[in-house]
Amino acid sequence: MIDRRSLIARAGMIGGLALHPGLALAAATTQSRLVFIILRGAMDGLAAISPANEPRLLQLRGALARPPEQLGAPLPLTADFTAHPALAGFAGLFAAKEAAVVHAVASPYRERSHFDAQNILETGGNAAYALKDGWLNRLLPLLPPAPPPVAISAALPTLLQGAAPTTSFAPSRLPDASASLKMRVAALYEGDPLLHRLWGEAMATEMMAGNQDGPGGPVALAATAARLLAQPAGPRIAVLDHGGWDTHAGQAVRLAAQLRQLDTMIATLKSGLGPAWADTLVICATEFGRTVAVNGTNGTDHGTASAVLLAGGRVAGGRVHGDWPGLTRLFEDRDLLPITSLNAVLAGSVAGLFGLDPDRVVRSVFATAPAAAMAGLVRA
Amino acid sequence: MSIAAIALNRFGLGARPDATAPADPRAWLIAQFSAFEPRPAIIAALPDAAAMTAQYRDNLRQLRQVGIGGIPRQPGDPEPPKGAEAQALAEAQQKARREAFRAAYAGQVRARLALALASHAPFAERLVHFWSNHFAISTDKLATATMGGPHEFEAIRPHIAGRFSDLLLAVTRHPAMMFYLDQAQSVGPGSLLAEVARRRNAPRQPGLNENLAREILELHTLGAGHYTQADVAGLARALTGWSIGGFVRRPLGLDAPPGQFIFQPAWHEPGRVTVAGKTYAQDGEAQARAILDDLALHPQTARHLATKLARHFINDDPPPHLVGRLAATYLANGGALLPVYQALITAPEAWATPLAKFKNPWDWTVSAMRALGLNDAPGNARIAPMLNELGQPIWRPGSPAGWPDAASRWAAPDALLRRVEVAGRLASLAPAADPRALAARVLPGVLSATTATAIARAESPAEGMALLLVSPEFLRR
Repeated sequence: MIDRRSLIARAGMIGGLALHPGLALAAATTQSRLVFIILRGAMDGLAAISPANEPRLLQLRGALARPPEQLGAPLPLTADFTAHPALAGFAGLFAAKEAAVVHAVASPYRERSHFDAQNILETGGNAAYALKDGWLNRLLPLLPPAPPPVAISAALPTLLQGAAPTTSFAPSRLPDASASLKMRVAALYEGDPLLHRLWGEAMATEMMAGNQDGPGGPVALAATAARLLAQPAGPRIAVLDHGGWDTHAGQAVRLAAQLRQLDTMIATLKSGLGPAWADTLVICATEFGRTVAVNGTNGTDHGTASAVLLAGGRVAGGRVHGDWPGLTRLFEDRDLLPITSLNAVLAGSVAGLFGLDPDRVVRSVFATAPAAAMAGLVRA
Repeated sequence: MSIAAIALNRFGLGARPDATAPADPRAWLIAQFSAFEPRPAIIAALPDAAAMTAQYRDNLRQLRQVGIGGIPRQPGDPEPPKGAEAQALAEAQQKARREAFRAAYAGQVRARLALALASHAPFAERLVHFWSNHFAISTDKLATATMGGPHEFEAIRPHIAGRFSDLLLAVTRHPAMMFYLDQAQSVGPGSLLAEVARRRNAPRQPGLNENLAREILELHTLGAGHYTQADVAGLARALTGWSIGGFVRRPLGLDAPPGQFIFQPAWHEPGRVTVAGKTYAQDGEAQARAILDDLALHPQTARHLATKLARHFINDDPPPHLVGRLAATYLANGGALLPVYQALITAPEAWATPLAKFKNPWDWTVSAMRALGLNDAPGNARIAPMLNELGQPIWRPGSPAGWPDAASRWAAPDALLRRVEVAGRLASLAPAADPRALAARVLPGVLSATTATAIARAESPAEGMALLLVSPEFLRR
């Protein structure tokens, strides 16, 4: 059923695309494209990309160690790692050497607040709120001239904030509240009889209406990003937000839905970019990982290291990059050990993608939390 | 719950993070009436009722010309075009009219929002909104499509802290109310104009309209069940001749600039009338004025207004003792409103029951945007459609009774879902901030441990802010 709201949204989106002033500037002098997907809420890297030969995972996670059987078997990537079955598209790209993984990655942050950790992920600093601008903004002066990077969201994320010009673009409608927000609202109303009843009725009605990922959802926004980046004179950098990864309870079902959505976003980017996919690097990064052990509500709690997913024609694909710390020793006896610096991955990725001197990127962009840029992530 | 929080939320429009909490909340509330600006620059810059009346008159002329809307042509109107040309003209005109309505309405709503967001006199602004709803018009008529703003800005704002009789008179004489309740063309059956029309055997005989008189008695003053049909007839007769410049029936009508109140002696029904047990023998305009003055000071009006004020600020079921005290204060002060507000905020009941009121969509939207530190609708969020979606299009309650003032009207499943959606949207558009610190600042002493924990555990700052805005304590006051 196409309702009035989604029709308005479609109209708004098309109109906005044509009219947005920031998106029609002089042609870019680089063909390289970067899509950065911020996975907000802490993606469980161990469930997305699982180590194949770690008996301790089964010990600590029990039933959560493997995806639910009805989704199918884990998809082998290498001899040592499998992908979650909801990442079938990504696994296909991996086999075609158009996707890669860097595992056991963490930012310098070692505590467990989403807000603080996301701020560090986005600013590239070593303490929350220490830097006012995003690392991607600090990268811009090093790049050849191009139309300003675009955030496919209503507001500009910290990642893009700073002195260099940037823009944001989003359809001019109210997006449906995210699944994560709705779940938290439900919990928030548990102690309030009136609101609890009203919310229950609202959710029941919505479920009957079959409201899924509509316009304004992350997949639609990925399609928008691809359309913008595919234009020869369009921007070269796009930032997408994807929330809902904070799987404290009922992780098996929710994480599968999240991963499937991310998988569809990546596939949407590939098809929307067309030939430009060959020039593209997609980086999917999260603020931190999750506990190795399952908690009391069939979920996992805030952890430390997670995985970074890379995709696109420019990826040195078909590999799980970096070292693997194993699960024998855990960080603070609970989390995957951080063995690779997130900033090293980011610096290495963008230096490789845009043909920049890696040391210069580290010095100019990640000066307060420097880490030697990781080599070999990107094809020249 | 802190006294400051009650003052900010129950009597105000919600806290702003960039303002300090009042040290003496009661004194802060009362002092607002000296700081309150009845006609700030943002309002003075908008087209007024006179301009909107002229626009209405032009619209009527257009409609007559193309012969749609059932409005008959008058002698001297140009010959209407025919066929496809007529159709095209009518459509073009209708499109232009709609766009003009939309633009004027959106500008008025924006001004109302800007005042509410930035106000340092939020209690006074709340009273503007309260009285605007008490004397509700609805913008769903051609004549009032762009009158919501002028009505509130010109008839309500200047009189919120004066005497109720002045407020009543200003509203009754304003073109918004005159048009909305069909008063501007009400003609006494025994008036000079009616007599002339009968003698001429005119195709349309002028007549009496009781609409405004009835609503004055039922909604604005005495209240339902406290007047009779004879009272309606009496007041309607006394009001004949009360009209608006720009719509003159010649040869007997007096001319006046569009939008300006004018008394038309030739339309007025001569003779004495009886309303609420009292007989009025005055001539002309003075007759209805005397009735309105008496209605304003009627004990039943005092009870009606006291009940509505207490229901709006304190509880859907206002405590009877409080209503009695407010009504007595009103009568003891000759219908002056400031002493009633004073009695309201010094009442122990006002500071006793926490979070008894469920905010209506407008109050919730304003408080949410204030909590986010916004001074204007952020980004591409257009405020008029947003309030439409939330279920309370501004100045469009659809009835002269205005919006109901009860949780049962606003607390509904779909409405709640809309608020969650809007909260997510507003939070994502607002400047980044730490929602943990923000929550403690905007809900001082009110924030529950449950909400504080939920905010702290949100997966992003924007989600934390959205949770703050839809928390049980933020939805109420």
